[in-house]
Amino acid sequence: MLDLHRKKIWKENLGSYAFLIPWLVGFLGLTLYPMLYSLYLSFTKFNIRTPPEWIGLRNYLVMFVGTDSLPKDERFLNSVMVTVKFVFISVPLKLVFALAVAMLMNKKLKLIGLYRALYYIPTLLGGSVAIAVLWRRLFAGDGLLNMILGSVFGMQNLPAWISNPKYSLYTLILLAVWQFGSPMIIFLAGLQQIPREYYEASSVDGAGRVRQFFAITLPSLSPIIFFNFVMQMISAFQSFTQAFIVSGGSGGPLDSTMFYSLYLYIKGFGFSEMGYAAAMAWVLLIIIAGLTALSFKVSGNLVSYGSGE
Amino acid sequence: MQAKKTLASRLLLNAFIIALGLGMLYPILWLIGASFKPSNMIFTDAGIWPKVFTAQNYREGWKGIGIVGFDTFFKNSFIICLLSAFANAVFCSLTAYAFARLKFVGKKFWFAVMMVTLMLPSHVTTIPRYIMFRNFGWINTFLPIIIPKFFATDAFFIFLLVQFIRGLPRDIDESALIDGCSKFGIYTRIILPLTVPALITTLLFSFLWTWDDFFNQLLYLTSPNRYTVPMGLRLFLDSSGMSSWGPMFAMSVLSLIPAFTLFFSLQKYFVRGIATTGIKG
Repeated sequence: MLDLHRKKIWKENLGSYAFLIPWLVGFLGLTLYPMLYSLYLSFTKFNIRTPPEWIGLRNYLVMFVGTDSLPKDERFLNSVMVTVKFVFISVPLKLVFALAVAMLMNKKLKLIGLYRALYYIPTLLGGSVAIAVLWRRLFAGDGLLNMILGSVFGMQNLPAWISNPKYSLYTLILLAVWQFGSPMIIFLAGLQQIPREYYEASSVDGAGRVRQFFAITLPSLSPIIFFNFVMQMISAFQSFTQAFIVSGGSGGPLDSTMFYSLYLYIKGFGFSEMGYAAAMAWVLLIIIAGLTALSFKVSGNLVSYGSGE
Repeated sequence: MQAKKTLASRLLLNAFIIALGLGMLYPILWLIGASFKPSNMIFTDAGIWPKVFTAQNYREGWKGIGIVGFDTFFKNSFIICLLSAFANAVFCSLTAYAFARLKFVGKKFWFAVMMVTLMLPSHVTTIPRYIMFRNFGWINTFLPIIIPKFFATDAFFIFLLVQFIRGLPRDIDESALIDGCSKFGIYTRIILPLTVPALITTLLFSFLWTWDDFFNQLLYLTSPNRYTVPMGLRLFLDSSGMSSWGPMFAMSVLSLIPAFTLFFSLQKYFVRGIATTGIKG
């Protein structure tokens, strides 16, 4: 009897695992094994043509402190700074803008469906090479922005925004903020969940719009704000295409748009320093995991999940 | 009096939304306009509407660079994107069905693993995958881009489908099980038909993300006859000077058409995709 029962459980499990096989094979072969292999490679010197050569912690040392024979990699530290600056300017701006537009899109208007669609278009198209190419022209010395500033506002001696290291990163930040559509739609769904009675009751008590925003809207949305923040932060850290196209693949001018991913690509596939690039990938993983954990910790005090739950 | 005030404020609100929207979309509208302007007028005219209309940019751009034209780039992009979308829909739904409905040992563990891969930056697998695919002789083929999708590596879609399948009433597939329907039968005959809305979302986002997945195309496609549309645009950008901005803009406009068409014909499926998880963009 017991044997028969065991057999049945076995069969049940095998039948279920059959559905999981493609994913399992993919996870083991295309995710877990590559992850472990890249961890190993991060301790080697490897140019893909000759076998990896074990060098211990040297790649990591070069990134942060340098070794006796090798100086610290200033370009690496610069790429971290550029990326951190990009993430922590663009993500908050994007979320503020997304929330403001979401509140606008939460009004009852006849054409609201059309408006919501129009405001999503930058997000729909913004990740493409075509828009990055366009961006390069918009902010060039003789580009659209300067044409408008010159002819409409009569300004002169305008900088070439893209090729000036002072401004180039901000053109990419603007491009990222412009694509506010996804958090906007998530905020909109959140706004629609807030019970009307909250606002009605607070109006009776004499609360104004501003007061209502800070006392009702923001606290009710806090879990969503947090979710959007973490998701946007994770994806902003990995930005690649826009910086690659806008800078012509160089991260220039003067490494001012050298995003972390771009430097990793240049190191791994431009200079064939694959061990170093693998080490960079692991450092990125640790940075992202650390910041996500930190966000969760900080959010414990700021995010309210309502008293009912 | 009250009605008048609300009408006025309503009009004002509409005007404000439209003005802000147009301001935001101005670069795209300008791009479309510029693609129909003669080359010498593109950078002297900040207006949208071309003073002189020409289709010359489209004719010239379509020819591409050297012997490879944009017909090849579009064909390549469509092959890669259609196969990827199809594979994602089939294999992610298979996996999602197992996680959402079937019982097996270690389910919680594997589900947690799947959720972790959702957050994993792709960089940690990039280099070993490149080495692996290079050893397979897959460089300059579409395989490194397509094949991973046959193994349900895009966890985002598994998560989306699991959420959707969990929302379906359980009694239908339970009664089918009692009637002697096999697990695979339940998947194909009951779950799949009921999951169509989420499958459309999966197809849609897979197609669009693969279309814009410049990084992998840059890594694996090395000769122009294998290039996709984004790679073709980049080739254009690198190999031409100021003179060919017109054709460049024309091809950029064409490259945006698939996303645009899909968005406006399948809008409601977009909202589901974004609302489930706000991972991209």
